[in-house]
Amino acid sequence: MSDESTQRNLILILARDLTSRLANPAAVIDAEGTLVYFNEAAEPVLGRTYAEAGELRAGAWAAEWDPRDPDGNPVPLEELPLGVAIREGRPTHRALTITGGDGVVRAIESTAIPLCPREGLILGAVALFWERHRVGGA
Amino acid sequence: MRATIWGSRGTLASPGPETVRYGGQTSCIAVELTDGTLVILDAGTGIRPFGMSLGGASPSRVDLLITHLHTDHIEGLRFFTPFWDPSVEFRIWGPPAPLRNLERRMAPFFAPPFFPVHLRNVPSRPTFHEVPTQPWALGSAVITAELIKHPGPSVGYRIEEAGRTLAYLPDHEPGLGADLTSIASGWISGWSLARNADVLVHDGQYTTAEYESRVGWGHSSIVDAVTFAQRADARRLVLFHHDPLHTDDQLESMLMEAGRVTDTSMSEIELAYEGQVFDL
Repeated sequence: MSDESTQRNLILILARDLTSRLANPAAVIDAEGTLVYFNEAAEPVLGRTYAEAGELRAGAWAAEWDPRDPDGNPVPLEELPLGVAIREGRPTHRALTITGGDGVVRAIESTAIPLCPREGLILGAVALFWERHRVGGA
Repeated sequence: MRATIWGSRGTLASPGPETVRYGGQTSCIAVELTDGTLVILDAGTGIRPFGMSLGGASPSRVDLLITHLHTDHIEGLRFFTPFWDPSVEFRIWGPPAPLRNLERRMAPFFAPPFFPVHLRNVPSRPTFHEVPTQPWALGSAVITAELIKHPGPSVGYRIEEAGRTLAYLPDHEPGLGADLTSIASGWISGWSLARNADVLVHDGQYTTAEYESRVGWGHSSIVDAVTFAQRADARRLVLFHHDPLHTDDQLESMLMEAGRVTDTSMSEIELAYEGQVFDL
C-alpha cells in the first residue's frame, strides 16, 4: 500500500478529483485493488468516513464490508464489480449486500469501470454504487 | 549538464518590442549532457534558432522529448536544421495516447495541406518512441516522464545526471481540482517529477486574477506554480510558458506577485528568458 508521498498516476488523481465532486457514492481502487479513495457521498452507504478508513488493501476492504450476493453468499473480491474491472478490464454491474462500518446491512447496486489509459493497461477502477434499501443490522 | 532556454513563450510565438527581454519564441530547451548527448525539450519555435546556432554542424544523434502535441511545442520542428540532415539519428519521444501511436498523431503536421513534405520523406527518418513508464537512460542522464494535468495526453520530464536534477513541466495545472496547500503530496500531479529539483521549469502563465476565468485551460497561476514548487521542495523555480499577451513589464509584475507568496524555503524564483543557461 502506498504512503502519502507515493506519486499516484494521473489517471487515479483525475478519478479522485472527479469523484470528490460527485453526489453519487463512488470509490476508487488502484491496479493492486487497494481502495485509495471514496467520496463523501459514499460515507453514509459504507457507514464510515474516508478520514477514518484511509486506504485499505484489497483483502482488507473486502473483509471490512463483507460483500454478499442477494442470497447471502459471500462474494469473493475477484467477483465484485471492482475486482472484475481490474482483473478483466471491463465494466460490470452487480447487486450486493454489504455491512457498513456502522453495523447496518445495506442492499446496494454497484457498477464498476476499469481505468485504462490505453489498451491492455489497467491502472485501477472506479465504482459508482447506491443503496437500494436497508435489510437489517444495528 | 547545461540547459539553455531557446523559447519560453506559451501558446503562440510573440515577437516584438514588448517581449524583447524574455523573448517571443515558444517552448524549447536544449540540454547538453556531460557525455555530449543532446536532449531537446520540446520543439516550439525556439528550436529554429537553436538549430541555426549549430552552424551547420549537426549532432550525430538528437533525442527530442516532447511534452505534448499542442502546436506551440512542435511547430518549430519543421524548421530545425538537423531534422533535414540524413546523417542524424533523430529520435522523438512523447506521451502515449489511448488509441493512436505517437507517429500517427504527429504525421498530420507533416502532410498537406498543412505542410508540403510528408513525414515519411523527412531525410533524418525520425523514429518515434512513447515514453516508458519507468525511468530510462539517455546518454549519461536518467530521464523520467509522467503524465501530468493538462488537456490531452501530456507529460512532464525529470532529467537527472550526477546528482543534479532539472524538472520540466511547461504546461501544467496541478491546482485543478486540488488544494495544493493541503492535499497529500502523492496526489499532486507531477509532484515526484519536481521533487527536490535543483531547477524546476514550470508553467506560470496567469496572474491570480486571470486564472479565475481560465480554470481548466491547462495552465497555472503564479500562486499555484509557487505553491507547487514549495510542496516539491524545488530549489529554484523558473516560471515558464509566458502568456503571449503579457509584455515584459507585465511579466515582471507577475514575478513580484510570486515573491509575495513564497516562503523562505525556495532560494530563487525567476522568469525564464531566451538565452538563459543553467549549469547543473
